[in-house]
Amino acid sequence: MSDYLIQFNNISKFFGKVIALKDVTMKLKKGEIMCLLGDNGAGKSTLIKTLAGVHKPDEGEIIVEGKNTIFDGPKDALDMGIATVYQDLALVSLMSVTRNFFMGREPLKGPPLFKTFDIEKANKIAAERMGQIGIDVRDPSQAVGTMSGGERQCLAISRAIYFGAKVLILDEPTSALGVHQASVVLKYIVKAASEGLAVILITHNVHHAYPVGNSFTVLNRGKSLGTYAKKDITREKLLSMMAGGEELDKLEVELQEMNRAST
Amino acid sequence: MSTKSKSIENKKEINQDERLQRVSKLRLLLNRPELGALGGAILVFIFFGIVAGDTGMFSAYGMLNFLDVSANLGIIAIAAAMLMIGGEFDLSIGSMIGFAGICIAIPAIYWGWPLWMSIIFAFSMAVLVGYFNGILVVKTGLPSFIVTLAMLFILRGATLALTRLITGRTQVPGLRVLIENDPLAWIFATDTFKWVFTWLGSMNLIDLRTDGTPLATGIPPSVIWFIFFAIVATWILMKTRYGNWIFASGGDKNGANNVGVPVGKVKIGLFIGTAVASTVFATIQVLDAGSADTMRGTLKELEAIAAAVVGGCLLTGGYGSAIGAAFGALIFGTVSMGIFYTDIDTDWFKVFLGAMMLIAVIFNNYIRRKVTESK
Repeated sequence: MSDYLIQFNNISKFFGKVIALKDVTMKLKKGEIMCLLGDNGAGKSTLIKTLAGVHKPDEGEIIVEGKNTIFDGPKDALDMGIATVYQDLALVSLMSVTRNFFMGREPLKGPPLFKTFDIEKANKIAAERMGQIGIDVRDPSQAVGTMSGGERQCLAISRAIYFGAKVLILDEPTSALGVHQASVVLKYIVKAASEGLAVILITHNVHHAYPVGNSFTVLNRGKSLGTYAKKDITREKLLSMMAGGEELDKLEVELQEMNRAST
Repeated sequence: MSTKSKSIENKKEINQDERLQRVSKLRLLLNRPELGALGGAILVFIFFGIVAGDTGMFSAYGMLNFLDVSANLGIIAIAAAMLMIGGEFDLSIGSMIGFAGICIAIPAIYWGWPLWMSIIFAFSMAVLVGYFNGILVVKTGLPSFIVTLAMLFILRGATLALTRLITGRTQVPGLRVLIENDPLAWIFATDTFKWVFTWLGSMNLIDLRTDGTPLATGIPPSVIWFIFFAIVATWILMKTRYGNWIFASGGDKNGANNVGVPVGKVKIGLFIGTAVASTVFATIQVLDAGSADTMRGTLKELEAIAAAVVGGCLLTGGYGSAIGAAFGALIFGTVSMGIFYTDIDTDWFKVFLGAMMLIAVIFNNYIRRKVTESK
């Protein structure tokens, strides 16, 4: 039995002739934050959807807590504790914090047939949970629309954790946020990991990823360029790998040669 | 801003979040969707109190009159409001009223069914029509506006064609004699609290007929149904899990789906709700009039939607209230009857209805921006 919470081994995904993913391998331990980096079109979305159970991988295996698993849809992944927070966050801005927090999973009370939504309990839990991450929801019955982007992101993450996530997949959680908001969200992600969650943080922003990540996987044109522990790689190296740095290096050499030839 | 600095000065509140402005009860009330309709209803009553206060509009008889009209509209407006909160429209409400009417009358008069069986038949048809509307909208992803507009024509046409085919005419009279001793019809056809009116009459507190019985005989069934609908709808919306799902489905279909809300089922349920409410409306009216008319309910869908909008429902879904729709219906019912007691030509009613709706939409739009925008 390995000590990895979740392993994705040699995952490939094809759409017709298009190879969307090829031989991508990722392993996460409890409490680890792995950053998945890649430029636009690198295959990040396909990989997330495969991890989340939306797509079935065509090759490779997914091992959750030592057990070889095939996800038969997103609900399967969710039941195994793999929760994905997409960019749209699945929050309804006209609804209150509490109603959003428990959307689809409302606590009930009362006799059968007349079960009611236990709003007091829900309010209490929502306020408590948000309080734990340092967000003082001034009133849990306020509309989510009145919250800031960072607070909304934290609400969506907090909701996923409350409902039993072990592995948290976060799709660009900081991309729409300002510097301060982003740091609030990143701080929360670190805190969640320190409490034993495995986090896959998908981003194209190395500056957000580097301070919080334990390991980094760079994706380029559907292939993994490798996974590096933080001590083995610098921010600059990551950045140049993501941007297809080698191609740029080659380009530079060619330009120099052209210059030399013309003089 | 002044409230903010005050709360910081106040030592007792220093432990609270300094960014929490003291929200007065009034401010909280202002954020409720039904506020506009409540205010409108009060204004309408003040207006008629001044203009028509001495005309008998506010006698027991006059009040029951406009309450009856409001209640009938309210029954369908509440169902329409719930559907709108769930993010959809039903334009087939009016046609469903006509259809339900003949579903009761033809079996009862021409096929010799007992009245209760015809009523159950009409409600079964309503569930089918609602289910069909719902499944069509959910499965095709087409706007409910178009799907139910098609149903508006289909149902009205079928009602006319079938009635003429079976009966050779467009009206089916003769139901009144069947109501007596029917085990089900009384639910839709009995005036209640008669003893109150008899007592009020005996005390000479309300107007009497020449034979000494009170002019207003009891609370009409529509009012009881209206109150029942308002309570049940509000309970569902505010207190149950299903209510949360309705708001979620209307607010953000995809988001709701992603967290496990069965959006499709919720919407189908709401479409069945409007069809059933239309049938309650139809049953009450058919039994009251003693006849079914194929044109009954024409344009009622628009009045119901107007009342829901005045009651604070957003056209985009996810926001609104059943109580608001009830007040919206009360405003329209009161004005449509009250206008007879004034010197104003009744032709102006539609102008009022339109203007009222326009003001409501502008007001709702403002509220929505306030609710959704960041602080």
